[in-house]
Amino acid sequence: MKRRPGSSATALTWCALGLVFMIILLLPVSSWAHGFAGKRFFPTTFQVDDPFISDEFSVLIDRIKGPDAKTTEIDIDYSKRILPNFGLEFHEAYVHLKNDDGSTANGWDNLGIGAKWQFLTNAEHETILSIGTDFDIGGTGAHQIADSFTTISPAFFFGKGLGDLPESVKYLRPFAVTGVVGPNFPTRSGNASIDPDTGQTVVERNPTTLTWAFSVQYSLMYLQSFVKDIGLGAPFNRMILVTEFPMETCMSADCKGKITGTVNPGVVWAGKFTEFGIAAQIPVNSRSGRAVGVLGLIHLYIDDLFPKSIGAPIFH
Amino acid sequence: MLCLLAALCMTPAPALGHAFPEHSDPRVGATIAASPERVRIWFDSDIEPLFSSLMVHDASGRMVDKGDSRVNPSNAALLEVSVPKLAPGAYRVIWSVVARDGHRTNGDYTFVIK
Repeated sequence: MKRRPGSSATALTWCALGLVFMIILLLPVSSWAHGFAGKRFFPTTFQVDDPFISDEFSVLIDRIKGPDAKTTEIDIDYSKRILPNFGLEFHEAYVHLKNDDGSTANGWDNLGIGAKWQFLTNAEHETILSIGTDFDIGGTGAHQIADSFTTISPAFFFGKGLGDLPESVKYLRPFAVTGVVGPNFPTRSGNASIDPDTGQTVVERNPTTLTWAFSVQYSLMYLQSFVKDIGLGAPFNRMILVTEFPMETCMSADCKGKITGTVNPGVVWAGKFTEFGIAAQIPVNSRSGRAVGVLGLIHLYIDDLFPKSIGAPIFH
Repeated sequence: MLCLLAALCMTPAPALGHAFPEHSDPRVGATIAASPERVRIWFDSDIEPLFSSLMVHDASGRMVDKGDSRVNPSNAALLEVSVPKLAPGAYRVIWSVVARDGHRTNGDYTFVIK
């Protein structure tokens, strides 16, 4: 009997989710503020997903000249804690494509829904570890923009601050790294269509890919507050220098082994209720883009704005 | 839009949200000539007196402050503790605060008396 493409991946993912829920219910709960591990504050970055769960709302504007079209994308993300160490994430994006021939396409991408379990937070070593799964729900977006099939993406997330380095290298303590690694499984292996010229059936394969993305951060906030007050005033004393490396490797089909990604050097400013950021988007190869793009981030800390209502976990 | 964002960045924040240190005395990582009478940290938002503390340890980890850590009655964002005359050496300031919204932050820094 022929197995449905992606069925084994789907079953495995559901089993993993069920196991995760059981463990979450059995573990003692504790409450962490968003993105904190001891003295370390991990800001939300641009394209590398956070290692932590939170009550937050983000708008990310992404403009880049891709291999086939100039893309402008407005990404909207909302994260909500259900338990102090478990949360859900919702993602939507409005995409505008301008092709090389001058034609355009606009519309909403598929709705994304994810779950994340922050299973370790170590204050002394400034470490956060999480696992989660994201579902890009096929067919929920505009047909000219979005995939008609669902993609399931289990992943491992990490964040590590270097505040535990010895005094002799104290100026390295403001450094931190975050990252995410995980496969992306399409629930349909290919899309069949009829070639109008030949009348033959053509199948476009949907490859499995591997996301491996990380960021390197240097926190001026951390430097000023915990290492050395070098006299930085506002707004620099709340800035974090960030360089992201969001990468993806194609694992099957015609593109197997090929890598796409960008290098995103930028800066974020973290206020009490909001975060702003701007970064360049430098393609690593021609498959990733043809020119340097830009990323702009506006982020709201819902848990600080409304700590006793919608900013608190649903279940304590 | 850039001017508006710059203005928002420069504007003092209201007294809510996670409390983060703005400046301190002695300053973070400073080398000073004489022992201070007290150690003070100014935060960027008001903190809860009952759940906030400040300690000073010497290089061997022994507590050397006078144990009178308090939020300044005239400034709810100022945390302070008195210290006796300290000998030359390295000292570690350890703080833990809860902001008015209930979020806890903590940290530490060192200073040296030469």
